[in-house]
Amino acid sequence: MSVTLAETPAPVAATSPALEAVFQAELAQAREPKWLADSRREAWTRANLDGKISESGIVVGKSDERWRFSGHKGWSLEGALRAKNKYAGKLPDIFAGGHPLDCAGKLTYADDILAAQTPVSAELARQGVIFLPLAEAIAKHPELVREHLFKHDHALGGGKFLALHQAYARAGTFLYVPDNVEVPATFFVTHWAATPGAALFPHTLIIAGANATVNFLDYFGSVNTTSEAWVAGAATIIAGSGARVFRKSVQNLNGHTLSYQDDTVICGRDSDVRNIAVHLGAQRARYESYSKLNGPGSNLELCALTIASGRQEFDQRTFQDHAAPRAKSNLLYKNALLDESRTIFAGMIRVEPGAEETDAYQQNRNLLLNPAAEADSLPGLEIQNQNVRCTHGATTSRLDPEELFYLRSRGLPKNTAYQLLVFGFFEEVIQRVENEALAELLRKLAREKFGK
Amino acid sequence: MDQATQLEIDREKGNFRYETDYAFDAGVGLRPATVDYIAEVKGEAPWVREFRHKALKIFESKPMPTHWATKDLEAIDFSKIRYYLSQGQKPSRTWDEVPADIKKTFERLGIPEQERKFLAGVEAQFDSEAAYSRMKEGLSKLGVIFVGPTEGLKEHEEIFRPWFGKVIPTSDNKFSALNSAVFSGGSFIYVPKGVKVKQPLQAYFRINAENFGQFERTLIIADEGAEVTYMEGCTAPKFETATLHSAVVELVALKGAKIQYITVQNWSNNVFNLVTKRGLAHEESEIRWIDCNIGSRLTMKYPGVILKGRRARGEVLSIALANDGQHQDTGAKMIHAADETTSNIIAKSISVGQGRSTYRGLVQIPKHLKNCKNNTECDALLINANSRTDTYPAITVRGEGNSVQHEASVSKVSAEQIFYMRSRGLSEAAAMSLSVNGFINDLVREFPMEYSVELKRLIELEMEGSVG
Repeated sequence: MSVTLAETPAPVAATSPALEAVFQAELAQAREPKWLADSRREAWTRANLDGKISESGIVVGKSDERWRFSGHKGWSLEGALRAKNKYAGKLPDIFAGGHPLDCAGKLTYADDILAAQTPVSAELARQGVIFLPLAEAIAKHPELVREHLFKHDHALGGGKFLALHQAYARAGTFLYVPDNVEVPATFFVTHWAATPGAALFPHTLIIAGANATVNFLDYFGSVNTTSEAWVAGAATIIAGSGARVFRKSVQNLNGHTLSYQDDTVICGRDSDVRNIAVHLGAQRARYESYSKLNGPGSNLELCALTIASGRQEFDQRTFQDHAAPRAKSNLLYKNALLDESRTIFAGMIRVEPGAEETDAYQQNRNLLLNPAAEADSLPGLEIQNQNVRCTHGATTSRLDPEELFYLRSRGLPKNTAYQLLVFGFFEEVIQRVENEALAELLRKLAREKFGK
Repeated sequence: MDQATQLEIDREKGNFRYETDYAFDAGVGLRPATVDYIAEVKGEAPWVREFRHKALKIFESKPMPTHWATKDLEAIDFSKIRYYLSQGQKPSRTWDEVPADIKKTFERLGIPEQERKFLAGVEAQFDSEAAYSRMKEGLSKLGVIFVGPTEGLKEHEEIFRPWFGKVIPTSDNKFSALNSAVFSGGSFIYVPKGVKVKQPLQAYFRINAENFGQFERTLIIADEGAEVTYMEGCTAPKFETATLHSAVVELVALKGAKIQYITVQNWSNNVFNLVTKRGLAHEESEIRWIDCNIGSRLTMKYPGVILKGRRARGEVLSIALANDGQHQDTGAKMIHAADETTSNIIAKSISVGQGRSTYRGLVQIPKHLKNCKNNTECDALLINANSRTDTYPAITVRGEGNSVQHEASVSKVSAEQIFYMRSRGLSEAAAMSLSVNGFINDLVREFPMEYSVELKRLIELEMEGSVG
């Protein structure tokens, strides 16, 4: 195993000398293999193309369809890209007092610095399971990491964020489960934003071998309610033939955080992949989900629950790319909107010419709980094969007054009836996590959103 | 059998043309002088000329909308288009006054004599200027005005000017600006208070000169409680080079009025058909677009309704058929701007061979509104393995008690259905045609009799030889 140290960085045309200095300093400090350092420099150049990154943030093109309906304020990076210090305070335990989560391994980061680690059992290690902090995996398994890291790029509009992520992402997880290894317990990773003005670039890379079983949970949170933060995360899930991957993520950052998250899923032959995302926090959150059904007979389930309150903006862009025959995908995105919040759902199902017998579904349900809230829906289809079944549906409405009336006629007070219906709307997604500890946590977090 | 030969469709069917002498010709290309020329020939008032010049500037300043629309738009060469042609005639009132060679073209088009007599106030548009227009005695007695835009703006300025360019502002999009600069031909209709026009008003549009674009302008005003149905049908002979058709249609339904606008579009498939259509629905009024697109190379058309008054209702029923070399980019817009407004969109598309059909929709319900409803359904049927369909709806909802539902599905003709019909002795083509007609049947039924018959025939024609 040979690790080449990074060479002296080549100068790139950065908009801001201060940002450039931070990038170069981190690059030099990380002492990464040459291929990675090169890839980071390339990404940094890409992020800086057209001079659209500066301290004042990433500027989003107004006439870009992929940003239609999004707020056009820049994504301010002010003060965010600077050297980080280790957070000294105590980190919360999100499962405290509830049902304990059955963990196969655990990683906890604060401001992108590793804070705690529970490695996998000796038995799993013997079977070849690798569950490591990303930086450690790069050093110990460079070939394996190199094969998959930052390999997938898509065109959902967040290219600048993704490039910035690729230039900076050093915190995160590398999980490799070899062929035929089944791990029923959950790999649990937490990323905390702690100090004010921190920029986080959490990365998740999950590789499931043939017929492997993987359960994974990513949790993004803030240790307090006041610190501003900038989070640009990315997760890549690669499911081998017949693999079963079930990944869940919860974004519960505080209301001063800007969040960008990219989830990329590559489904192999006959694989079965589920990705459930719950979005509760951040001031503004952009979520991009790109899934490629690459293997014939693969089955993908994408599910999201968003509870928006205050003046939060949740911007969700999804893409179900059917590239292989007989694959099935099913998407359900539910948004509940309180106060003056805003959600955008833009989904696309693309069926490529060779993807016959595709069965694809896309569903967006918006529940408006306040007249001032706004839900935008852009469900899309691009079908290039006739032998398919593709449907999508989008609905936006308030609670059904008849259902409310029925419950009240049974003696329930108005508030209770209202809550029963709203939480009933969430349950459809919550029950799909098929994990009692997590379901309980989600119910608690949902209640907290309403408690404010 | 070879797939390619099976897909061969006889495009020569509509390929006929007669020599015509053009009394006025603005030449090729678009300059301020072209606009002056058109205004001069038509003897227009200074404000109309100014309107045209302003529009030309807006047209030139606007970029092509290729950031969301197809790149095929770039194939249009605006400098090679003829922007104005005319027979130099006043619209004729009786059939006898119509020149013989024009009659011949209509004969070939198959407008039956009886239909002409039956349908009220037929105005057939031949190239830019209305070749003949006739109104039933009874209609003009009721005070219904049915004229071309030149006459409308000259003789009835007080009626048409207040609404002209108000529903679709010149700067709405690049092509509405183009139309505003060079419009000629079309229909201006005013239906007075409480008048219900029983028979549909009808105009056949037609283009018949190489490199010639048609820019008709239609404005229909239905006064309080009035009702009117307008039908527009198109057929164009085949040309060697691409031709451009860019109309602007504005509808104004005042309180309690009802307007129904029916289009059957069957341009030859080298025509760019880029049309802006929008209605303004006041209190308790209803505007209904029935839109059927079968022809053209590229159609971009999204009829819309601005629901301005309480309890107004908007509806778009749309059928699109895209065959080889065609892109039907159609859809609907519903802008809710008052409480308790409702809208309904039903779009069905069929893609045959390498045809591509696209649905683009926009539904907006802003936050101060209560109890608005929208229903959108779009279904696509794909006939061949390389057919393509896209759906791009955009829905924005705020406010109290508003509800929106959107559904879309894509499917193919069921193999079992075809097998069943074949086992009953039908040929595969006949079974396919029956199946496709079944897919759109519930929409076709909404069309007036003569149109639904014509439509079914057109669809059968398009489906010929597409099975494979």
